[in-house]
Amino acid sequence: KLRAATRADGLSTDEKLTPYEHVTGYNNFYEFGLGKDDPRARAQNLKTDPWSVEISGEVHKPGTYQLEDILKGVDLEERIYRLRCVEAWSMVIPWVGFPLAELLKRFEPKGNARYVAFTTLHDPEQMPGQRSRFGTIDWPYVEGLRMDEAMHPLTLLAVGVYGDALPPQNGAPLRLVVPWKYGFKSIKSIVRIHLTEQMPPTSWNRTAPQEYGFYANVNPAVDHPRWSQSTERRLPSSLFSPNIIDTQPFNGYGEQVAQLYSGMDLRKWY
Amino acid sequence: MVLSMTALHRSTAGRWLVWSCLFFGSLIPLGWITWEAVQQRLGADPAQVIVTFLGIWALRYLWITLSVTPARRLLGFGWLQRYRRMLGLYALFYASLHLLAVATFILGWRPDLLLRELTERPYIIVGFTAWLLLIPLGITSTRGWQRRLGKRWKTLHWLVYPISLLVLLHFAWLIRAGYLEVLIYALVLAFLLGYRLYLKWR
Repeated sequence: KLRAATRADGLSTDEKLTPYEHVTGYNNFYEFGLGKDDPRARAQNLKTDPWSVEISGEVHKPGTYQLEDILKGVDLEERIYRLRCVEAWSMVIPWVGFPLAELLKRFEPKGNARYVAFTTLHDPEQMPGQRSRFGTIDWPYVEGLRMDEAMHPLTLLAVGVYGDALPPQNGAPLRLVVPWKYGFKSIKSIVRIHLTEQMPPTSWNRTAPQEYGFYANVNPAVDHPRWSQSTERRLPSSLFSPNIIDTQPFNGYGEQVAQLYSGMDLRKWY
Repeated sequence: MVLSMTALHRSTAGRWLVWSCLFFGSLIPLGWITWEAVQQRLGADPAQVIVTFLGIWALRYLWITLSVTPARRLLGFGWLQRYRRMLGLYALFYASLHLLAVATFILGWRPDLLLRELTERPYIIVGFTAWLLLIPLGITSTRGWQRRLGKRWKTLHWLVYPISLLVLLHFAWLIRAGYLEVLIYALVLAFLLGYRLYLKWR
């Protein structure tokens, strides 16, 4: 159980929640296998305590910090966000966490920090998917944001879901949630946060650059080369009325974030 | 085993027994997925699970149908030959259900989505083409059509080879990460088709 978190109403949607069972039983977390039910089945022994996070690069206070120290004095909030997967399904999830901006400010980014790079735990002993020889992803999983995206109030570091601590399959003990981007940007089980001047490499972009860009903003107008992004199926979908809904630009968060990309050609910077 | 299967086929009862085992046994995948769906055990996205499941069984039945000749020649399973049509028809059966499941559970029969998927998505066009090509093979699989078409029957049914390659391409094109499964099916198909080339050229 987490400390009682107050709901950030202004930043939350009031859409119907995807049930806990599905939020925690239908996951893409390839470190634990390719099936949607693999993470729940195979992640339960992930050791998340103790957990430390390395903060490095262009910050005045680099170092390796214990998670409990990172969370000291942090006010947890509940945020109900839409999550749009690049595979064209979506959920509505009540996360518990705090703005990434708060954390970054504490470590005092230098003026030349333009990007934030994140790394997931690399531990093939605990993560069977990292032992597979037939995968296409180079481990560890890495992701990144531009500094202004990272500092945006919507950008969340989550430690819980549905009022409880994150289960391992959802990226325990600390994960990113960037609701206006495809789900794969929201990196799980973070062990390193690195501030840098250069645009950092990101896992899916390295795997298939023509399919996954650095920005990966939800955009119904730009299709994935192999499937359409103009609609999504809101889960759980029932068989005879598949919950097909239109996908919104920036996953419906355009009012808050569109200005971050003004002047950019979103077809080029997909 | 080989001997006993051959012996079994000498009696009407024996033939009937094997036929029923294959016929009803082939309905087990459909029965299983229906049962799981009714019990709501397919998770958050039952549509995707059902579609994938039916698709993979269509592919398996096509591969099984293609194994009849090698099984006969290499393992002496001569008795299997008489069930090849049934196995092939099951491939068409599961492929049709797969397609129906996509249209119903994933696209909800929305005309705009159907049109878009069928015209814009290469992997869907490839899969759909494979299904279209399978239909005439299914229709002409009866003995009557075999007689009527004579030599042309063989030419027509040669299509099963390009169809199998289209099916493999359709499957491989869907992969996001992890190609182990598709690699296994590709290797099996390489053997099944390679064996025929070997028969032709040796």
